[in-house]
Order: sequence, then structure tokens, then C-alpha cells
Amino acid sequence: MRYLTLFILSLIMWLLLTFKLTIPNLIVGTVVAAITALIFARYFIRNVHKFLEPKRYFWLFVYFFVFLWACLKANIDVAYRVLHPAMPIRPGIVKVRTTLRSDFARTLLANSITMTPGTISVDIIGDDLYIHWIYVHSEDPEVYSSLILGQFEKYIKRIVE
Amino acid sequence: MACLILLSVGILFNLFGCIGLIRLPDVYNRLQAATKCVTLGTCSILIGVLVHFGFNDAGVKAMVAIPILFFASTVAAHALIRGAYGFGIRLGDRSVKDDYKDAVK
Repeated sequence: MRYLTLFILSLIMWLLLTFKLTIPNLIVGTVVAAITALIFARYFIRNVHKFLEPKRYFWLFVYFFVFLWACLKANIDVAYRVLHPAMPIRPGIVKVRTTLRSDFARTLLANSITMTPGTISVDIIGDDLYIHWIYVHSEDPEVYSSLILGQFEKYIKRIVE
Repeated sequence: MACLILLSVGILFNLFGCIGLIRLPDVYNRLQAATKCVTLGTCSILIGVLVHFGFNDAGVKAMVAIPILFFASTVAAHALIRGAYGFGIRLGDRSVKDDYKDAVK
């Protein structure tokens, strides 16, 4: 099942990249997708039946806009700090705790954090995410956890878990 | 027209990223500028390309490049920042907090 899902995804990717619907191209694409699936399917996510649940796509769509807004804010924020003559930065590494369980969800969360307001994820040890923050707004763990994780955690939970 | 605006915004954000790369004090802060501004700038340029060419082979390639760029740049930033810490580069003088120090030991 995992092999089949990865095969279909790879084939779609190949068709998008080459963008030609001819017979030779389809044959080459099938072979390439089959090789990819054979090698990489064992690293693929486990519960592939989740791909068939439409409500996950809905939340993915919502999440896309939430993420886009956070990403735009992040960029304007970093650009402001870079261009300001006095450079108002207060960097530090903080620790936040996540409730997400699966590896894929955690990867998505860490990547989202990297792209949003002034934060880069450094490492995950156990349940703790270590995050480099360009401006540490507060020393209180509860305040900065909610600032960094924001709404991401709850949307990712709906999409993946 | 929309294409021109998107391209200009993209190049502007790439410029901010480069300025940040020079101005900010240490490697960790420089990575902040390098990942965020440059990724959004490049995504904006790619969307501009998509708008310019429409849904033909060049436009769709630009569209497919966006998620690939997104994952590549975040994973690269994570690898670089963790590698820099492991290599023993200190946080800059203006840093106020370092929780990671206790966890690594």
C-alpha cells in the first residue's frame, strides 16, 4: 500500500515536471516512479489510508493560508530588524514542548517554525523542540510557547494525526 | 503587470536577505535572514514566472519548484544551525538565553 501511494505521487510529480502527455514519456515516468517507490517507500509515512480522507485536505487548505500569513509577517519582521539602524535583536535559544506524536507531524511543525516569525528550529530531543529566536520577547515558558507554536500545532494535528 | 510587481517584491526581499547576511552579528542570526527573506523572495519570483508564462511547461515547473525550495531551505537551515552549534560556535554577545546548552551536555 505504501509502495503504491508513493508510486502514484512520484508519477504525478514526474508528469508535472515534464508536462508532456506522450506515450514514451509515460513509460519513462512509470519506470522512474517504480524505482523511486522501491527504494524510498520504507521511509514513507505509515498510515497511507489517511490520504483518502477529504477533511484532511480541507484543513491543509486552511493551514496553507494561516501559514502564508505567518510567513509574510515573518519576512516583514526580519526585514525590519535588518534595515533598522540600531538592529533591535535579542537572540537566544528557547525550549518548547510539543504534543505531536508522529515523525511526519513533527517535521512539518519544525519546518513551519523555521519559516515563521524570527525562529529556526535547532533540534528535537524527546518531546522538546529547541528553537533559535531572533528576538526573545519574554522569559516565561508559557508565553513564548504560545507565541512560537501559535496555531500551527492544532492545524497540523488535524491534518496529520 | 502583476508579474512585474511579484518579480520586484521578490528581488527586494532577496536584497533584504543579503543585507541581513552582512549586517547581523553571528552565524545563527545570519541564517535567519538567509532562510526567511531569501525563500520568500525566491518564491515570489517563481510565482511571477508562473503568472507570466501561465499553465504551460515553464510555468508549472516554477510552481513545482516552490514546495521543493521550501523543504530544501528549511532542512538546510536546520542542518547548518545544528552543525554550527555542534562545531562549538558560541552565540553572539547580545544573546540573552540558551536552553540548548544544558540539553547537549
